[in-house]
Amino acid sequence: MEHIISVLVENKAGVLARVAGLFSARNYNIESLSVAPTPDSTISMITIVTSGEELIIEQIMKQLNKVIEVLKVVDLTEEDHIDRETALIKIGAKQSHRDEAIRIAQIFRAHIVDSTPQTYTLEVSGDSDKIQAVINLLKPMGIKEIVRTGRIAIARESA
Amino acid sequence: MKLNGSEIFVESLKREGVKTIFGIPGGVVLKLFDVLHQQKDVEVILTRHEQGAIHMAEGYGKATGKAGVALVTSGPGMTNIVTGLQDAMMDSVPLVAFTGQVPTNLIGNDAFQEADNIGISRPCTKHNVLVKDVADLAATIKEAFYIANTGRPGPVLVDIPKDVSTESAEFRYPDKVDIRGYRPTVTGNRYQIKQAAGEIMKAKRPVIYVGGGAIFSGAANEVREFAELTQIPLTMTVMGLGAFPGTHPLCMGMLGMHGTYCANMAMHEADLLIAVGARFDDRVTGKLSEFSPRARVIHIDIDPTSIKKNVHAHIPIVGDVKTVLRELVGVLSSMDGNPASVKAQRKPWQKQVSEWSARHPLAYQQEGKKETKPQYVIEKAYELTKHKAIVVTDVGQHQMWAAQYFRGAQQRTFLTSGGLGTMGFGFPAAIGAQKAYPNKTVLCITSEGSFQMNLQELAVAAIYKLPVKIILLNNQFHGMVRQWQDLFYEGRYASSDLGATPDFVKLAEAYGILGLHSDGPADVEAVLKEGLKHKGPVLMNFAIDRFENCYPMIPAGGAHHEMVLEDPPHMKTTRKGARKKGEDADAVLPA
Ligand SMILES: Cc1ncc(C[n+]2csc(CCOP(=O)(O)OP(=O)(O)O)c2C)c(N)n1
Repeated sequence: MEHIISVLVENKAGVLARVAGLFSARNYNIESLSVAPTPDSTISMITIVTSGEELIIEQIMKQLNKVIEVLKVVDLTEEDHIDRETALIKIGAKQSHRDEAIRIAQIFRAHIVDSTPQTYTLEVSGDSDKIQAVINLLKPMGIKEIVRTGRIAIARESA
Repeated sequence: MKLNGSEIFVESLKREGVKTIFGIPGGVVLKLFDVLHQQKDVEVILTRHEQGAIHMAEGYGKATGKAGVALVTSGPGMTNIVTGLQDAMMDSVPLVAFTGQVPTNLIGNDAFQEADNIGISRPCTKHNVLVKDVADLAATIKEAFYIANTGRPGPVLVDIPKDVSTESAEFRYPDKVDIRGYRPTVTGNRYQIKQAAGEIMKAKRPVIYVGGGAIFSGAANEVREFAELTQIPLTMTVMGLGAFPGTHPLCMGMLGMHGTYCANMAMHEADLLIAVGARFDDRVTGKLSEFSPRARVIHIDIDPTSIKKNVHAHIPIVGDVKTVLRELVGVLSSMDGNPASVKAQRKPWQKQVSEWSARHPLAYQQEGKKETKPQYVIEKAYELTKHKAIVVTDVGQHQMWAAQYFRGAQQRTFLTSGGLGTMGFGFPAAIGAQKAYPNKTVLCITSEGSFQMNLQELAVAAIYKLPVKIILLNNQFHGMVRQWQDLFYEGRYASSDLGATPDFVKLAEAYGILGLHSDGPADVEAVLKEGLKHKGPVLMNFAIDRFENCYPMIPAGGAHHEMVLEDPPHMKTTRKGARKKGEDADAVLPA
């Protein structure tokens, strides 16, 4: 099963390599990975999407915890959470497709962030299903390039 | 007080109580060595190869329980210690390795003797740090020792660029370490410990299974108290040897691939395993799906990742072995009916265990044989040292024989490369242990294959007068490889026959140490006596039966009850291609 693991780490050189190395050395999957600063400049947040049986996930969590620079590891899949990713999608937008592209953008609350006579570039955020749906709809127009951020997630506050 | 980086380095070592470091200089660490040279508190042992240095530091760390220290140069100096780092990683050896690095402004330029020390060592260290600013050096060293020595011990590498060793900073050695991401759990969960006590009282066929964690925790007394209180038979992994007296009536000896019949049968039939600082390595468990099929598992370990990695733990207890066992013994002692009722309750199981032990004890046949049996040499050596020596082994058959016949009662007196199985570990590690304990008898049990991987360190034993007693069991084979070829490759000895080995007596003499040779069983004892009596280092070369095999053996992937106990009958007929003593390479051994 897929798991989203968020890992708070010391913001130091080499930490990402240690975390990534741990996955490759032990033959664990990384489906997506995102790294970003946190409000505390000494700490970074790594969000990893991985998959595996429960025992493997348990090992991954423990192994991550064992890294000296890792401060906290949370399996967000265990709790109610919101996850998002952003994609930038460049499509071929010939005259005949331009209206349709705008309509799709509106339905999915995507933005057209760049436009040339031949292309549109759309920015869309959402969960993976939504991004996949947009991509599927845009496919017939000819997708030139897709760049995705990798997923990030946050736990929902319990009321 | 302002000091330069090299002075800070040496001052920091002194604050850590370091007496000895092992290493070899080179361009970027010359300043460090220069400052070391001008003081007396920290002695530098100049080794002949960096691999020698790192294994010596390991031997020192394993024997004392405190981090051994190595200092090597950048590039090839660092790459030469990688084997030792991984070895220390696998066996949880406390170790701090200092490596030189090219000046910070050249890092990444493919400078002369540059290597990505941090990148290369990342997977084989518990932690590693590049020091970018001399102002951070003291605190980094403090943290390095703290991390190496605490929790599950391990190797830490500190990479020091040349400019960091020469620039100056205010020296302030921190008295405390506070690393927010590193807080090893020491005390076990009370509730889990109570649960464990309950299981132990209920169990009919319990086994205590002790690993290296008990040694690193220094828990020999607690292990003994626990076993005696509960009257549970006990077995040790190769890393756990020394945690419990080999002569104790509850001791079943080593378990696993070359473990005793008794220990492996007990593991197979157990209804409760109490794993104490052990990690269910595949050489111990054999085939996982048939491992202790009826047992519930209590697993005590300081490293949470060891728990439920290979084998499910019904009651996991994360904590320091010594602390947890103390608590557990406390809880058990306060339970009703203990310990008198326990004694009676364990009788049938103990009887079963003694039956196994009597059915297939460890055995070899020396009487009436022309050639020396390696086990005989080992038993004699133990007898003559009254089981009081520190024993350091290399890797192969001799290692397993040494482990099988080890009956010592002291923790940290059986030092071996268990996890990585590093040939070449034994001799330098023995030098490191001898340096730590100059007055103890240190035996290095080795064989010609392993010994030739680091024999250059004979120079160190000679020059620093470290009286290591080398017992070289010479079968002119990579014996363990030959054994597998006999059993599983129809006796085709692909690249395992070493043929001519050097004259080890002359070799020892060339280095200025005493060399002795034993040709057959008749002079084994005399050679050992002479070697042990000698004040300095000795190399004793024992010509042994080339074809002796190490049993019991669980074939790789087999289960505990599937032990092979002696040479199978097919072996003599399939064996081909071995040279007899003195014959040339093409001669074939008659079946
Ligand atoms: C560095 C290294 N290379 C290869 C091996 C594989 N190996 C395991 S045992 C062995 C033979 C050991 O021979 P020797 O040291 O002569 O000991 P013996 O088995 O004869 O007692 C080999 C080659 C190893 N363990 N370590």
